[in-house]
Amino acid sequence: MAVAAPGLQDLYRQIVLDHSRHPRNRRRPGRYDREAEGHNALCGDKVRVYLTLDGTTLHDVSFEASGCAICLASASLMTDATTGRDAADARTAIAQFKAALTGGGQQLAGDLAALAGVSQYPSRIRCATLPWQTLLAALDASADTVSTEPMSPSP
Amino acid sequence: MNPGLQRTSGQGKALDVAAIRADFPILAQQVNGHPLAYLDNAASSQHPVQVLDALQHYYTHDHANVHRGVHTLSHRATDLYEGARETVRAFINAASVREIVFTRGTTEAINLVAASFGQRLVPGDEILITTMEHHSNIVPWQLLCERSGAVLRVAPINDAGELLLDDFIALLGPRTKLVSVAHVSNALGTINPVKAIIAAARARGVPVLLDGAQAIAHEPVDVRELDCDFYAFSGHKMCGPTGIGVLYGREAILRDLPPWQGGGDMILTVSFSGTTYNDLPYRLEAGTPHIAGAVGLGAAIRYLTGLGMANIAAWEADLLAYATTALSTIPGLGIVGTARHKASLVSFNVAGIHPHDLGTVLDQQGVAIRAGHHCAMPVMERFGLPGTARASFAFYNTLGEIDQLVGAIRVAQRMFG
Repeated sequence: MAVAAPGLQDLYRQIVLDHSRHPRNRRRPGRYDREAEGHNALCGDKVRVYLTLDGTTLHDVSFEASGCAICLASASLMTDATTGRDAADARTAIAQFKAALTGGGQQLAGDLAALAGVSQYPSRIRCATLPWQTLLAALDASADTVSTEPMSPSP
Repeated sequence: MNPGLQRTSGQGKALDVAAIRADFPILAQQVNGHPLAYLDNAASSQHPVQVLDALQHYYTHDHANVHRGVHTLSHRATDLYEGARETVRAFINAASVREIVFTRGTTEAINLVAASFGQRLVPGDEILITTMEHHSNIVPWQLLCERSGAVLRVAPINDAGELLLDDFIALLGPRTKLVSVAHVSNALGTINPVKAIIAAARARGVPVLLDGAQAIAHEPVDVRELDCDFYAFSGHKMCGPTGIGVLYGREAILRDLPPWQGGGDMILTVSFSGTTYNDLPYRLEAGTPHIAGAVGLGAAIRYLTGLGMANIAAWEADLLAYATTALSTIPGLGIVGTARHKASLVSFNVAGIHPHDLGTVLDQQGVAIRAGHHCAMPVMERFGLPGTARASFAFYNTLGEIDQLVGAIRVAQRMFG
């Protein structure tokens, strides 16, 4: 079985595999202005996002995570896509990303487009959206831990 | 095409697996372009046509409410429901049908004991479990401890996933009021030394509940030989329907249990000056029960009995040995749970591949496994893992399906390597 299933190449595109193996900005900075934590009980993914702000600009976005390839790649791509942007732009990017993965949204641009295939795997969408939801919580300075599971069943 | 299928038949095995598979229509399908290899039996097993036919027949011809009607269908439904109770009694060799309480499943059976038996607990009393319990044998006791002021004690396990029996016995103290342990661990496959556990507890007068969810479909279970006080199990892990399960309770203990839910069927008379309760087991079964579920469970037990539980255990031991050897040849694959006595499931991790990713890649090749914490987070914590992949076998599985699993894991390794 050289090729497992065509769908798999769509889910685990080369950019996704590359970012999951070598995540960018996976670190806890010495100092930061905001942080937030998110986890999905069902699969055990955990993400912590750190934000350094320069006025309303996201001067530095980094993360620590324990999770699957989709979660790690999404977090890594997210830091690349949001660092240096204005907070309002970052909020728009978060909304667009979530919309694109849950259907009905516009196509994702640039490297983020590599995550578009996740939308075909309903059980994996929350893996991809968790880092983004956690970034939003950091922007909101929300104290609560976030989850991207509609319910978090842990039978 | 599928060499395992040929290997399993016609070699003097007591089970003709190819013929058995013909009884399970769900297994004969393609999933994502590959033959389905259903290796998630510890989560839920599949149904033979004999069970599906029994359900269909019941709903088509015999359905009515039980225990109350004067009409023919109600008599038939009652006979079928109570007949299923007798089938369960015989299957586990209980002394009386008064000891067989139908529940929604293992979880409800354990909650029943926590709610009813638990009423006698006072602050400082202790309940003893083990590290390897399923959440359903942890959380009901935590809730009971919050209500009663009792304390939950947890016996440790070793790196192989075996109970440390000496530590367990040392934790049996003068305040221990109940021992509740898994017969077989759902996350690790460990078969616990239940006879030694029960002997130690009985010597101190402590009743024992066995969570039999993972044992009941895989080896012969005789509650009188075990000498346990409670035995809980689920229909859907033994080829029966979801929503039906059993609490076996030794009659001498059940007799003293207060009702845990009130309603119809569990009473003899109701008046505003006082209510009298029904006899066992009805006192513990409030409301209209899952009649069809019981009928389906009875049919499942007849099917398993027809194959022979000893034959099932023998074939599943072959599957476990073959899978353990085959998986061990994969570089980077580590088996989690290496007890000397194991049921037919293998928990494992593959270096560099998160279990969730592995589950998706295997599914795309037709292989159904479970990935995650298996509702046993303390086990994962004990081994320092976020989760594992778990392949769990039933008597209808083949060596060919294990080959398919191994091939699919190698594909995943090439993708993520």
